[in-house]
Amino acid sequence: MFRVTRRYEFAASHRLDAPQLGAEENRRLYGKCNHPYGHGHNYVVEVSARGPLDAATGRAVDTALLDDLVARQVLVPFGHCNLNEEIDSFKRVVPTSENLAVEICRRLKANWSAAFPGGWPKLEKIRIAETARNIFEIRADEIE
Amino acid sequence: MVITRKVEFSASHICRNPQLSEEENRRLFGPSANPHGHGHNYVVEVSLAGDPDPVTGMVLDLKELKEILTREVLEPYDHRFLNYEVPPFDRVVPTTENIARDIWRRIEPRVSDGRRRLHAVRVYETADLYVDYFGEEPCSA
Repeated sequence: MFRVTRRYEFAASHRLDAPQLGAEENRRLYGKCNHPYGHGHNYVVEVSARGPLDAATGRAVDTALLDDLVARQVLVPFGHCNLNEEIDSFKRVVPTSENLAVEICRRLKANWSAAFPGGWPKLEKIRIAETARNIFEIRADEIE
Repeated sequence: MVITRKVEFSASHICRNPQLSEEENRRLFGPSANPHGHGHNYVVEVSLAGDPDPVTGMVLDLKELKEILTREVLEPYDHRFLNYEVPPFDRVVPTTENIARDIWRRIEPRVSDGRRRLHAVRVYETADLYVDYFGEEPCSA
């Protein structure tokens, strides 16, 4: 079995502020991440897919197809944007990297079979480094 | 417990299947199909799973693993043109997947025994693309 992982980057801003909580509670909970005008990160996203080898190409994943899918669903909409203001799902949930991982995984999963109609490869997991020290990982089978 | 040793080699390759047309090779492999070849600094991480020996406290002496990797992988691969100089890549496309599988086949008989087994071979072609190979077991849905 092969697992192929591709690494991507995008830069975006966010602010962590839960509308259910008061201003003081948000400041206490999120600290610097609650500063009112937001701040940004160079997010590093690793997308892993698994599958058997294709006999003709000697590859398990056509990385050009994966690059297209990730560009369309993640890098173009999220790159150089304000996640809170410009991405619909972050109008409903706080754009923590946990929720960002869920959203990226959901987008890739929802469009996966159109990009890879043959049944293989399968999306396995998403890993996001918000900074080099804060890393978040979700398996595709953890979400609907 | 899983232990990992990392080694690096530099090599050139061409990704093209001689049974396919020029156009199809370009579509499938992009610039990697350039007939003159190109190179990478490959990084290989070899992971073994097992229990530490009760006397030595080691799963496998990493010096010994380093010697195996040097003899079985670096000596044949380093500063070579894979397609022309390193079988089986005279007949198998040297994609990152096939390189990971070939490394597995070269070292698995040398490192697996009753107490430990080869767990994974990870090959980085660049920092942005890597492959993990876990052996021949079929893919589960």
